[in-house]
Amino acid sequence: MTKFLVFIEQRNGQIKKSSFEAAKTASGLASKLGGSVEAVAVGSEISNLESLGGFGVDKVTHLKNETVTNYSPSAYTQAVVKFVSENGFDSILLAASSMGKDLAPRVAAKLDAGLAVDCVALNVEGSNIIATRPVYAGKALVDVKVTSSVKVFALRPNVFSAGTPTDAKAEVAVTIIDSPNLNVKVVEVKKSEGKLDVSEADAIVAGGRGMKGPEHFGMIEELAKLLGAATGASRAVVDSGWRPHSEQVGQTGKVVSPTLYIAVGISGAIQHIAGMRSSKYIVAINKDKDAPIFQIADYGIAGDVFEVLPKFIDEIKKVKS
Amino acid sequence: MKIAVCVSHVPDTAAKISIGGDGKCIDPAGVTFVVNPYDEYAIEEALKTKEKLGGETVAISLGGDSHKETLRKALAMGIDNAVLLKDNSYRDSLSVAKALAEEIKTQGAELVFFGKQSVDFDNSVVGQMTSELLGYNCVSVVVSFALDGSKVTCEREIEGGKEVVETSLPAVITTQKGLNEPRYASLKGIMAAKKKEIAEKQPAPANNFVEVIAMKRPAAKQAGKIVGTDSSAVPELVRLLREEAKVI
Ligand SMILES: Cc1cc2nc3c(=O)[nH]c(=O)nc-3n(C[C@H](O)[C@H](O)[C@H](O)COP(=O)(O)OP(=O)(O)OC[C@H]3O[C@@H](n4cnc5c(N)ncnc54)[C@H](O)[C@@H]3O)c2cc1C
Ligand SMILES: Nc1ncnc2c1ncn2[C@@H]1O[C@H](COP(=O)(O)O)[C@@H](O)[C@H]1O
Repeated sequence: MTKFLVFIEQRNGQIKKSSFEAAKTASGLASKLGGSVEAVAVGSEISNLESLGGFGVDKVTHLKNETVTNYSPSAYTQAVVKFVSENGFDSILLAASSMGKDLAPRVAAKLDAGLAVDCVALNVEGSNIIATRPVYAGKALVDVKVTSSVKVFALRPNVFSAGTPTDAKAEVAVTIIDSPNLNVKVVEVKKSEGKLDVSEADAIVAGGRGMKGPEHFGMIEELAKLLGAATGASRAVVDSGWRPHSEQVGQTGKVVSPTLYIAVGISGAIQHIAGMRSSKYIVAINKDKDAPIFQIADYGIAGDVFEVLPKFIDEIKKVKS
Repeated sequence: MKIAVCVSHVPDTAAKISIGGDGKCIDPAGVTFVVNPYDEYAIEEALKTKEKLGGETVAISLGGDSHKETLRKALAMGIDNAVLLKDNSYRDSLSVAKALAEEIKTQGAELVFFGKQSVDFDNSVVGQMTSELLGYNCVSVVVSFALDGSKVTCEREIEGGKEVVETSLPAVITTQKGLNEPRYASLKGIMAAKKKEIAEKQPAPANNFVEVIAMKRPAAKQAGKIVGTDSSAVPELVRLLREEAKVI
């Protein structure tokens, strides 16, 4: 019997998709190992917690306090650690998002628990969970076993399937948390205006130095808009100041795994590939047929961006209309 | 004020990685090791903070003798002192954090900079863990940092934006690209660093909870299709994306 706990991430009261992925993964593991799945969420108002039942969660506890509206590392850590200590769980699963990557190590340190972060697979071998995670920017993978009594697994978003939810409803319990520790407090969340972030997008159109200048990124934006995609960039164009750092994909940027990644005028340097190699479908447009990006691309056009991209945009417009 | 920086020593990001004979770690032969790129931002921020507010800086690294190269680089950039916690064995993140926390306590550092992530095992967790062990406040993935008295104001990167975070000393900050532009070591700095002593200490032995069972290569990707060399290939590309990949 393994008691699983899923930490549910919410922002503005909305549950993140990656938390459904974690819930579904926990329930899959519980059915193989024998066990139960509970969930916990922290915040003031959170909607739809009962819907977690559709992903295999039996019970959700909402640790509630009116003053904890935004993420607070200190308040969340305190609340989750207390909840785990009082209720005794064996394995804690959560998304390796910005919040999850901040919270998981804090919780693990407090519980003296082993942590496997950024997992891309969790398999059962005997009575153990074997976590697979990329290392060296995805140039290798390691299989790890966590041996502490409490184990923490943070799952790379977009990799695990949330499946199709059933109609089951989870039992929701609300526990008021007194005097949360607000020593570390988020006082404001600055949203990049109306923009889809590369780390959460299902499709990305990314431009590199082959775009020749910031003035040509209108084409990247137009194609992205047509596809409902986020815009990404190589480090070369970010360092040149053509695009904001938040768009950088790669080893020192964001690691992404969308369904579709379109690389335009990007050579495919090892550090860039590190950030996007796990994309499901990769399309490359580059005039150099020997560019390394073609080695990992599923489809490519070895041609000039300025000739190919306008036609690509037209063609997508046609199929979308 | 005492300011500490924790630095790791990692394969250059351009290095080709091959798996060692034991099938659990990389083969270091032919791999160039460098200062972890994120830790350069941590070093720079420590130096900037000292220049503004005074104090003393110390760089700490846990690892084998080769880590002295990275400590030497930190000294050359302007860090005052360096400590090597000498240990050649594998350690998981929590046991690295435990050793670092002990040394930070010994040093009496009130402000500690870490990189966001060490680009070997790409965990991105040691700073946060160390802060919890020390009972320090911590802000991770920081792209702007201001210290006013004991009040700390940072911006940290999140999906689709930034969080403005307030906290106070003692604090751990983990640094992200965008925070600053790391300086180059001057020739004078490099010469001075050569003469400085790097203190060596023996950390408590590791007690690992995360065991590496196997290291393996990612599945090779099938070579893709080059559909064409100009815009006449676009309709076929779009057809493949719709009918074969079913992504648009
Ligand atoms: C420590 C470190 C960390 C790094 N981290 C990252 C990272 O996170 N992300 C990242 O992206 N990079 C990173 N890099 C940089 C990386 O090594 C490359 O320099 C960078 O990715 C190159 O960007 P690019 O592909 O846009 O430019 P280039 O390599 O200059 O490639 C431009 C490409 O455009 C093509 N092209 C030119 N004109 C046209 C045209 N008219 N039509 C079609 N194609 C054209 C060229 O054939 C070429 O392949 C890092 C480097 C280091 C040292
Ligand atoms: N062996 C080490 N010695 C000193 N600092 C380290 C070590 N490993 C990690 N760190 C620090 O912790 C940060 C995050 O590392 P990680 O959690 O391993 O990705 C790094 O950027 C360093 O600042």
